[in-house]
Amino acid sequence: MELVVDQLSVARAGVPVLRGVAFRLAPGRALLLRGPNGVGKTTLLRVLAGLQPPLAGRVSLDPDNFAYAAHADGIKSTLSVAENLNFWADLHGTRGSTGIEVALAAFHLSDLAERAAGALSAGQKRRLGLARLLVTGRPIWILDEPTVSLDRDAVTWFADVVRAHLANGGSAIIASHIELGLDAEVIELEPFRASWSSATNDTDFDEAFL
Amino acid sequence: MRALLLRDLRLAMRAGGGFGLGLAFFLIVVVLVPFGVGPQTELLARIAPGILWIGALLACLLSLDRILALDWEDGSLDLIATAPVPLEAVVSVKALAHWLTTGLPLVLAAPVLGLLLNLPAPGYGWLTLSLLLGTPALSVIGTFGAALTVGLKRGGLLLSLLVLPLYVPVLIFGAEVARRGAEAMALTTPLAMLAGITCGTIALLPFASAAVLRMNLR
Repeated sequence: MELVVDQLSVARAGVPVLRGVAFRLAPGRALLLRGPNGVGKTTLLRVLAGLQPPLAGRVSLDPDNFAYAAHADGIKSTLSVAENLNFWADLHGTRGSTGIEVALAAFHLSDLAERAAGALSAGQKRRLGLARLLVTGRPIWILDEPTVSLDRDAVTWFADVVRAHLANGGSAIIASHIELGLDAEVIELEPFRASWSSATNDTDFDEAFL
Repeated sequence: MRALLLRDLRLAMRAGGGFGLGLAFFLIVVVLVPFGVGPQTELLARIAPGILWIGALLACLLSLDRILALDWEDGSLDLIATAPVPLEAVVSVKALAHWLTTGLPLVLAAPVLGLLLNLPAPGYGWLTLSLLLGTPALSVIGTFGAALTVGLKRGGLLLSLLVLPLYVPVLIFGAEVARRGAEAMALTTPLAMLAGITCGTIALLPFASAAVLRMNLR
């Protein structure tokens, strides 16, 4: 299923940050989001993941198609690596079909499976957070700065995992500043930046809560 | 859903999970009251149901900010919100896990602590029943408060202030059931009110909790 994003405007804390973003993403393709800090990459990704509503515009696919990997990995330090992954697999109902072994092996975490997640290094935690994507079983990955605190080997493993995902008909939207060596389209977000003066004075009821 | 419940229970049992926190607080309050009031057994017997209920309520309050704040801090709340489970079910399961780790131990400990307060013999069954009926409402209301304050740094104080007025009806009718039970009086009316409050909160509040949580996750 092709993802079509049309005239999407997003706001952070009530202030519009991006206006009129439009792109298409076919299965098997990856899209890199580029732009300076604060341009609205994370906000755009959160809108796609269904965590916040857009100001305007349309996303053709339901949030249930997206697997979101945020800055924070959502790892419980008192649970073991395997327990953390099993939880996400159970929550997504994929425990039986794929299993967590594949995900652990892909990020070279198999030896650490019984270790408490709190005892992992920052890079290993990140790898565990990314391994979660594999157990969600969802077609479109939304990755927000996925390579933070990864070493060079781990970045290569990660790129391999993304490539395998694309080869299986999945797709990925990646906000990253480093070169992953992926064959991907690049979208520059700077031109879509919403000017401050154009901020609408919505007297929406919801705004009271922002 | 079972996965989330099991995870929350497991987290509560592990080191630093705060499983015994409410129970220890309850124990301390109830043990200290006789020292403060003095050795007047009739007075203690008269105030026992109220003290036990207030102790249980405060013990419950103590652990409320852990329900959602921990998951918010490490980012799992965002990820759970994107999982294929309705947020209404997530907050219900969170409330259930809180009740199992905080409310249920309080219910089981209350009769034992009733001994320390010289609770009259007919009161034990009614005290346990009133807590069993009332504490689920405390957990559900507390989860609503936790959802309201989830994004706030040091939201614990605000959470207590928001939740306390909502706890008052539960306390009034719960303590009334326990008091009338201890004095062997008719108690159908407060018991029905307590059960009604609990059923009402369990049925309605998860929707409100999910709605404010969605707003706070933006």
